[in-house]
Amino acid sequence: MNARLAWPVGVVALIALPFVYRDPYHLHILILILIWSFAYTSWSMMGRFGLVSLGHGGFMGVGAYVTALLWNHLGVSPWIGIPIALVCAGTLALVVAYPCFRFRITGHYFALVTLALSGIVLQVITATRDWTGGSLGYTPERTKGNNIVALQFDDKTVWYLIALAVWLCGLLIWHWVDRSMSRYAMEAISEDEDAAAAAGVNVTFEKLRITVISALMTALAGALYCQYQMFISPDTVSGIAVSLQMVFAVVVGGIYVALGPTVGAIITLLLAEFLRIFFGTKAVGWDNLVYGVLLVLFIIFLPKGILGSLLERVRRRPPPAAMPQSQAAPLGRAP
Amino acid sequence: MLVVEGLVKRFGGFTAVSNVSFKVDQGEILGLIGPNGSGKSTIFNMLSGTFPPSAGSIVFEGHEIGGLPPHRIINRGIGRTFQIPRPFRRLTIFENVELAGYYGQGGHNRARADEAAERALAMVGLPTDRQSLVDGLGAAGLKKLELAKALATGPKLLLADESLGGLDEHEMDQAADMLRKIRDELGITIIWVEHIMGVLMRVVDRVMVLDHGEKISEGLPSAVSSDPKVIEVYLGTDADATQAAAAEARR
Repeated sequence: MNARLAWPVGVVALIALPFVYRDPYHLHILILILIWSFAYTSWSMMGRFGLVSLGHGGFMGVGAYVTALLWNHLGVSPWIGIPIALVCAGTLALVVAYPCFRFRITGHYFALVTLALSGIVLQVITATRDWTGGSLGYTPERTKGNNIVALQFDDKTVWYLIALAVWLCGLLIWHWVDRSMSRYAMEAISEDEDAAAAAGVNVTFEKLRITVISALMTALAGALYCQYQMFISPDTVSGIAVSLQMVFAVVVGGIYVALGPTVGAIITLLLAEFLRIFFGTKAVGWDNLVYGVLLVLFIIFLPKGILGSLLERVRRRPPPAAMPQSQAAPLGRAP
Repeated sequence: MLVVEGLVKRFGGFTAVSNVSFKVDQGEILGLIGPNGSGKSTIFNMLSGTFPPSAGSIVFEGHEIGGLPPHRIINRGIGRTFQIPRPFRRLTIFENVELAGYYGQGGHNRARADEAAERALAMVGLPTDRQSLVDGLGAAGLKKLELAKALATGPKLLLADESLGGLDEHEMDQAADMLRKIRDELGITIIWVEHIMGVLMRVVDRVMVLDHGEKISEGLPSAVSSDPKVIEVYLGTDADATQAAAAEARR
């Protein structure tokens, strides 16, 4: 009952927020949190089933760079450019993942293959610096004011609402997968591929499907980030650092719960901002160091992440107001 | 129903199954026995699509199925259990069977999968509620779950792989009766691979004996157990050794 009500109330509150509270810096942080939450949710779509990808920085980079390059060089509106970028990322996911799944490259080996994918996308971006600006970064050409065709807005409120909508879509997709038979199939596959196949699951197809969904979502996050920030560089939307950041944030927040990646995004972004504000340029790169240490601590002491562990604790504790009889009912056998 | 001809499986230079042919008729229980490493499980793995045969043909209901991927073979109506139960521990008992019911029957209809799961669980005698966890099951319970998963896929032919290992005598008898009940009530044809001869001989219609990947004998249980070739390679050279081996296997 509580959760039923909490969702619509929370969503309405989030939509109303920018009309009440207009501090641009805080809105900026919120937008970034929403975009990265969406990216992390995309990663966790695979990660929760043991498909640990270190290549998602690659998909994010494809989403961002393809959109920006099409706009600058061919004048293609992001409304068309983003779908093209998604197709590119989806194709890339298929090309990399199909051989892996077909020849049963799993676990550490799968992580290594996807790590290479991150590296390759990064190399391609830096190697084609004449078009992409290389490691110096790249800026989509700016139009004036709010321009719907160019998907460029001066108004932070518009961006906030776009990011909010996309983030909610991400949660809905997560929820949809969670409720579908595909989740059972993926859980089964992550435990024992042969046994899953013996239950009739088309193992390769199920893994490919979740991988492509995850890659498309990640590429969309990259494109959004590009359109919002109006500046992308291999370090911020692509490469191994971004991939690792995704793993870290999701592990910290909680890999098996819908809002875990969002909690992870809040923590990582606030940590980065905190270090930037209090230590300035002296602390560049410190966040990665802190991530590394925290990651080790979390995997050892809190493998379900902050939100996952909290929810588990709440569920275990019986609600104080509940009557003793009604408590026993859900635990007993169904008639 | 099933016609296997000249089946061969090589792993590198090692031939696990060489030139095995047999037939299974609608509604019978065929026992498949042989010592460890004789190729029983390898034949099962080829029938169920876990790996393709190196040579030979497997024809099921008039269609060649050799080399098809496992999910396609299951959708055609061949279900299997594993020698060592392989439950999905992150799913509940019901979800385990529901999964098999859903994907085993083509992956379209959840209501039908739920129905199949309930029927399969009731058949093997496991709880049909939605909460019970796999972790609460013992060895016998896990074997039942394995069987329920296979049944939920809606098989016409069931491949039961050494389903009695690790059970006590009473549980073994129950499991053997279960297989017969599955055949009698559901009309499912069964190939049963087993180490333990005593119980198997009581239930099966026909027995096939393998040794070193080759078929050495086939026929009625009574005829096969008195076949000197079988006694020599599988049961040992005299009756005492036979009983000792059976007792060993039971442990």
